[in-house]
Amino acid sequence: MADIVPTSAVPHLEEVRDQPSGMPGARLERERDREAVRRTAAYVGQRLLGAAVSLLAVIFTSFFLFRIVPGDPVRVMTHGRPVTIEQKEALAREFGLDKPVFEQFATYLLGVLRFDFGESFQYHRPVLSMVGERLGPTVLLVGASLVVSALLGFWLGLQGAWRHGSTSDRVHTGVALTLWSVPSFWLGLILIVIFGSGLGWFPTSGMKTPGVEGFEAVLDVAHHMVLPLVTLVAVVYAQYLMVMRSSLLDEMGSDYLVTARAKGLRDSDVKRRHAVPNALLPTMTLVFINVGFVLFGAVLVETVFSWPGLGKLFYEGLSVPDLPLVQGLFVIFSATVILMNLISDLLYPIVDPRVRP
Amino acid sequence: MVRSRDSHARTTPEWRVGRRRRRAVAGVVSILGLLAALLVGGASAQAAPAEGSAGEEKVLTIAVSQEVDSLSPFLAVRLITTSLGRLMYDFLTNYDPKTGESIPALAEKWETSEDGLTWTYTIRETNWSDGQPVTAEDARWTFDTMMKDEAAATANGNFVENFESVTAPDPRTLVIKLKAPQATMLALDVPILPKHKWENAGDFAKFNNDKEFPVVGNGPWILSEHDVNNSITLVPNKDFWRGAPKFDKLVFRYITDPDAQVEALKAGEVSFVSGLTPAQARSLEGADNITVNKAKGKRFQAITLNPGAKLQDGTEFGDGNKALKDPVVREALVRTIDREAIYKTAYGGFGEANGGYIPSRYSDYHWEPSDAEAVGFDVAKANEILDAAGYAKGADGIRAKDGLKLSFRFNVHANNPQYIQAAEMMREWAKEAGMELKVLPVSEVGALLDAGTYDILTTGWSVNPDPDYILGINRCSGLPAKVGGPYLSDAYYCNPEYDKLYAAQLAELDRAKRAEIVKQMQEILYKDNIFVVWGYADQLEAFRSDVIGSMTPQPDPGGNFNGQDGYWSWWSATPAGEESNEDSGGTTGNTGLVVGVGAAALAALGGAFLVARRRGGATADDRE
Repeated sequence: MADIVPTSAVPHLEEVRDQPSGMPGARLERERDREAVRRTAAYVGQRLLGAAVSLLAVIFTSFFLFRIVPGDPVRVMTHGRPVTIEQKEALAREFGLDKPVFEQFATYLLGVLRFDFGESFQYHRPVLSMVGERLGPTVLLVGASLVVSALLGFWLGLQGAWRHGSTSDRVHTGVALTLWSVPSFWLGLILIVIFGSGLGWFPTSGMKTPGVEGFEAVLDVAHHMVLPLVTLVAVVYAQYLMVMRSSLLDEMGSDYLVTARAKGLRDSDVKRRHAVPNALLPTMTLVFINVGFVLFGAVLVETVFSWPGLGKLFYEGLSVPDLPLVQGLFVIFSATVILMNLISDLLYPIVDPRVRP
Repeated sequence: MVRSRDSHARTTPEWRVGRRRRRAVAGVVSILGLLAALLVGGASAQAAPAEGSAGEEKVLTIAVSQEVDSLSPFLAVRLITTSLGRLMYDFLTNYDPKTGESIPALAEKWETSEDGLTWTYTIRETNWSDGQPVTAEDARWTFDTMMKDEAAATANGNFVENFESVTAPDPRTLVIKLKAPQATMLALDVPILPKHKWENAGDFAKFNNDKEFPVVGNGPWILSEHDVNNSITLVPNKDFWRGAPKFDKLVFRYITDPDAQVEALKAGEVSFVSGLTPAQARSLEGADNITVNKAKGKRFQAITLNPGAKLQDGTEFGDGNKALKDPVVREALVRTIDREAIYKTAYGGFGEANGGYIPSRYSDYHWEPSDAEAVGFDVAKANEILDAAGYAKGADGIRAKDGLKLSFRFNVHANNPQYIQAAEMMREWAKEAGMELKVLPVSEVGALLDAGTYDILTTGWSVNPDPDYILGINRCSGLPAKVGGPYLSDAYYCNPEYDKLYAAQLAELDRAKRAEIVKQMQEILYKDNIFVVWGYADQLEAFRSDVIGSMTPQPDPGGNFNGQDGYWSWWSATPAGEESNEDSGGTTGNTGLVVGVGAAALAALGGAFLVARRRGGATADDRE
């Protein structure tokens, strides 16, 4: 009996083994630490450099991309209006479109370096202030949809994998995949027809009822948000469900789960403490990728529901094309994606020791 | 998969399955709870606006899809904002909805000097909405600023192009001196601005008139609130000299999607929608409390044939099919167009087939060919004249002469389903006359026009009550001065005879005589077969007859309510009688319905869930 080491002693034993035994061991330890720091620094540096290069590429592309798009802003903005040729020339001058492309590019670059994306052709206002105005609605809608769909997907994926093959698993997977393949604008319209104008439960579009103020306005926005939120969640939660379900299924065959059960752990603990944390890793990556796209929003859903967000602004800017506006939005959208990828790259090693440099 | 399920089943004791089941039940119940909260929250929030608004307040809500580009009339070019300008500011003159003639507005009366170069307007004695008097100095300042400041000329600079000077010798008198006589002095569609609010606004390229609300104006409505991207609210100008508007509020609400607009109308969230498609109009025609208005179109639909793109100095460029330089080929092509069929099929019967350049709603200026003059639908005639001109059919059935094949690129706006359908119809008809039309939908025709690399393309223009501008685009001086430079029309049309008549109509101050010249110009344009008008699609609108009792269309009768050249519709709109009161009370009843249906839905969901659970449990047991 005395031979049996109490479980509480196990860590102690490990401590003993790792204990530095004299000066050479301590130097080795410091050496190892330094090496780790060096490797970490290299890893972080590489990621930062990568992100910077991507950002630079985006800034360059943004300028030329939208100049390839067919369309002359002056013509589109004056079409069908009684304007003289002098007015058209004055407009081109105001937009700086009469200058050589190279000069326009230089102006743009200098502006971007100062976080100044210029002034919108159509709205005669700084691009940044317009973005600021619409950031809120987009982050609210798309952010909420991200949280709801991720939680819903996790939960259903978890249930499905744990009881895979059951009726509810098959039903949930089937429903999620069906919704996933539905075009969001179509689903949105159907919801408007049924729950908006049909049953009258929810407003058909917009974010606010004109003239409603105070706490009622909060309720009012929540009320307006239900249908667009349901639409967004319905078409995207499947990806969380599927990723969660498949990564949990992968884990469920693992030896360490058998070990955990053999130790006599309760099934729910095996799931919660051992299987789920490991299965969460791929899903976390997915969440970060999607957070990056939050700003880009849901152009189609915002358009169908007249949600006053960035997606709608981008859509309108493209049709002119309102060059400063679309350039600025493109850079901002891309920068968010790059930043989020960077954060996810940097966080991943902390969460998952296996990928530590 | 199968293996792991088995191992899982083996290692899961029966009581744990029960535990799991209970947890799942709890989860689903919590979701149902959330749903219920949403439903109840929805119901209460829906009731909120009805309670929030004063019982008797009559609100007229209009759905709009365009966003405000700028509230500064110096910059605003979109229909939404130029229409708002009409409501917020009085213009010197307005158009009579019945006759289309210019009538007094801010200018009570006017005089013209013998040589037609000096116009003297007497300004009406009224006040701005902040109590300051409206004077001739305000009008002088507005025009003068547009003449001197390039940014202030952005939107309406064309109106002052021919101005020599503008003066205000006394507070009631405005004198405009011209460089050359022009007939459009009673069609100056320019909002007159309050100098005292505007002179210190700074750079007009950046001033959007959106900092101070309510915006000081003198029109029938005062803009009191602009909730960017959500709504624009106007309140009546109680002192408006023509009489105050009858609704208590006028709200423009953004609804981007056309189908969502229709749903909002059905739900009663808005009282007016415009820009309906034929299908939408038909679906609304039977709906309760909804009236569909089929207004005579302000816009013509047309094709332009490329007669060889050229600059003002005559230099040709582009790669248009040279066969279209031959008037015989152009006539033959036009002979294959069945305008009636286009409006019957592509426009669902909502439109008028007519080859006249100025739409028929402008009855004084409208011209249309007599039966003898008409280059009407006649495929046999098309074949006949092409045969006579020596265009012989090849093995593929397509005519050619001297190596010039009658095969044309037909660029159609891809976002316009009616254009595409009409183009497909034209393709079939042209084939019967031995001509090939290659229908090529494009997102933007501008680049093709710039380079002159097209043969035929679709186009459409809105025509104002004064025809000067729409006639002016087809002058030789409207051609580009250099390749890629700005130009006015989309037809590369240049006919010295037409230009001579254009100058004559502009200098003719007698309306009837001017109309005669305008008609001659349209006849010339028609016979050249370069700018080929199909006709005028109806402007389709719908409104809630339980909210709006009556309003004045333009032209009256038969005209449109939205996007008028004036403020007639929203100024004259009268709330519907008693029905509207009963209806607003109905919201509460609706809430009850919502709660009821919500409860039923919850019960159904719960039931379905239980059934699914039982079934799921049974199969699991069977497997075990």
